[in-house]
Amino acid sequence: MSTAAANPPVVHPVLAPGHTYRSVTDKISAVVLTQKTPAWWTMSIGISCMILGVFSTAVIWLLIRGVGIWGINIPIAWGFAIVNFVWWIGIGHAGTLISAILLLLRQDWRTSINRFAEAMTLFAVSCAGMFPLLHLGRIWKFYYITPYPDTMGLWPQWRSPLVWDVFAVSTYATVSFLFWYVGLIPDLATLRDRAKHVVARVVYGILAVGWRGSARHWHRYQMAYLLLAGLATPLVVSVHTVVSFDFAVGVIPGWHSTIFPPYFVAGAIFSGFAMVLTLAIPIRALYGLHDFITLRHLENMGKIMLATGLIVAYGYTVETFMAWYSDNKYEIYMSLNRFTGPYRWSYWALLACNIATPQLLWFRRIRSNVPALFVIALIVNTGMWLERFIIVITSLHRDFMPSSWGMYYPTIWDWATFIGTIGLFLFLMLLFLRFLPMISIFEMRELVHQTNERNSRGHNGASAVKESPVT
Amino acid sequence: MSEPTSNIYGILAEFDHPEQLLAAARKTLEAGYRKFDAFTPFPIEGLSAAVGFTKTRVPLLVLAGGIMGAMAAMAMMCYSAIWDYPLNVGGRPLFSWPAFIPITFELTVLGAATSAVLGMLALNGLPMPYHPLFNSNRFAMASHDRFFLCIEAQDPAFNLERTRKFMEDMGHCTVEIVPA
Repeated sequence: MSTAAANPPVVHPVLAPGHTYRSVTDKISAVVLTQKTPAWWTMSIGISCMILGVFSTAVIWLLIRGVGIWGINIPIAWGFAIVNFVWWIGIGHAGTLISAILLLLRQDWRTSINRFAEAMTLFAVSCAGMFPLLHLGRIWKFYYITPYPDTMGLWPQWRSPLVWDVFAVSTYATVSFLFWYVGLIPDLATLRDRAKHVVARVVYGILAVGWRGSARHWHRYQMAYLLLAGLATPLVVSVHTVVSFDFAVGVIPGWHSTIFPPYFVAGAIFSGFAMVLTLAIPIRALYGLHDFITLRHLENMGKIMLATGLIVAYGYTVETFMAWYSDNKYEIYMSLNRFTGPYRWSYWALLACNIATPQLLWFRRIRSNVPALFVIALIVNTGMWLERFIIVITSLHRDFMPSSWGMYYPTIWDWATFIGTIGLFLFLMLLFLRFLPMISIFEMRELVHQTNERNSRGHNGASAVKESPVT
Repeated sequence: MSEPTSNIYGILAEFDHPEQLLAAARKTLEAGYRKFDAFTPFPIEGLSAAVGFTKTRVPLLVLAGGIMGAMAAMAMMCYSAIWDYPLNVGGRPLFSWPAFIPITFELTVLGAATSAVLGMLALNGLPMPYHPLFNSNRFAMASHDRFFLCIEAQDPAFNLERTRKFMEDMGHCTVEIVPA
């Protein structure tokens, strides 16, 4: 810190100066209530509806013909469906991290990004949830995996990670929804009180459940919110741990590894922050939210991406090291097959995307360069998709017996389903941006209040901070 | 009791700043009022204590919800795996509790989180579509940038003239009567 005194780095504020309770409320609620729907929004929702059409076609064809329309077969029975499932659910995890863990750690920069990060979680989990269901082929029999007193006298197999996954993902979806909705209630009341149109008033009024902002209500509200954050924190870790058990409990080389749970959780956060950046950067530019989503937010997200990226790099290293150290010929072959086998392109692309590219984030100049951050985030999104592709496909395609080896080639329907869920995600995200406050208004007012209090404590406080590096 | 207060919900005072409201709430509590509340666009530290509200049963409900979730999960799995459909897998124990932990954990969180939200709403008396305070034209600002204090007519110490005078004397505020 002593070197910082000579050349103090620019610390961007969490909130641009000069904002009041009124200005933050007006600015955020205007997007929903008074602004004309922007042309880009109409265009984007049109495009996302078209992609959604592709998705519907793919799903209807799947229901007619069965999973044979996909490229899956023995030995690769999992294919794109599971790759995409893990990819989407991992993306969701950053939303929970931002809203729950950063709340517990009292990081005030979370305030302006938590709402849409939570929405992102919810929509990503919706997309993720599609895949295991579609992968069943007979989607209408999904209820077989739930415990109910059926006439066949059967129960789910409680010792199977796939059953754990059902509970983990459905709990995660429910808790994410509750967390998001509870956060929305006071803002819905603001919209109810400010809406001019009678339909808007009634709809927001119903959703706001009669919130009045009573001091007693706030007290219980904050307690419930804090406890939800405390519950969501271990939950998010457990969800991706259970997802990793889907692989790690199996005996396939490349899956059967104890590094999987922590490495999956870190990877999930890595990809999730990449997705938050992918969304935040355009939203900030399109809605002119530079005052609320400042360079500080983008830089901090870059730092978290770097940190989790390094954990992921450690995971790759340990996997390779353990393959060699185990002296197990199947494990060694699995690693060599990744480096040099028919899917080697994906492994080297993975290293380039997930290990090499994030190293650029060590440099402050790149972290505070918005277009560069956006490109890095897109590369990391791709890299994390490749990681799941490698885990699922290259591990399965050559296991113990050469006679049972095979190749996996995704069909057009695999791609249509995958790209279709991206359309679904965009569609839900656009609806959210248009009809709900994308930034938590009441938490922004709180931030204004805290900033005012800090400033009213006088310039003594501010100068003390500047001089502190000397001591 | 001499004043006709049956058609009045209470007296509402409007403040510009949270600090003024906080001071007014403390003064009101000191003056012996109990049935009064503050309304703010965001949570303000210390305000709930200033209106005489310090303890909430939300954490207790969350604990109960969590325990119930855990017990339901364990009971369901033990019943089905040990009694209803015992499956002998190479002589391994039927009560294979380590394998039951993930689902137990998930349902603990589910029970606790659901009771946190439903408990908070129920204790707050929400959903409540109608409330007399919504009759005030100014009250919509409580979700925007104004800070309100309301002494209810139900309060034993309430007296239309005296309470109104008391609130006007607090300063920094405009006072209005809210019909029931």
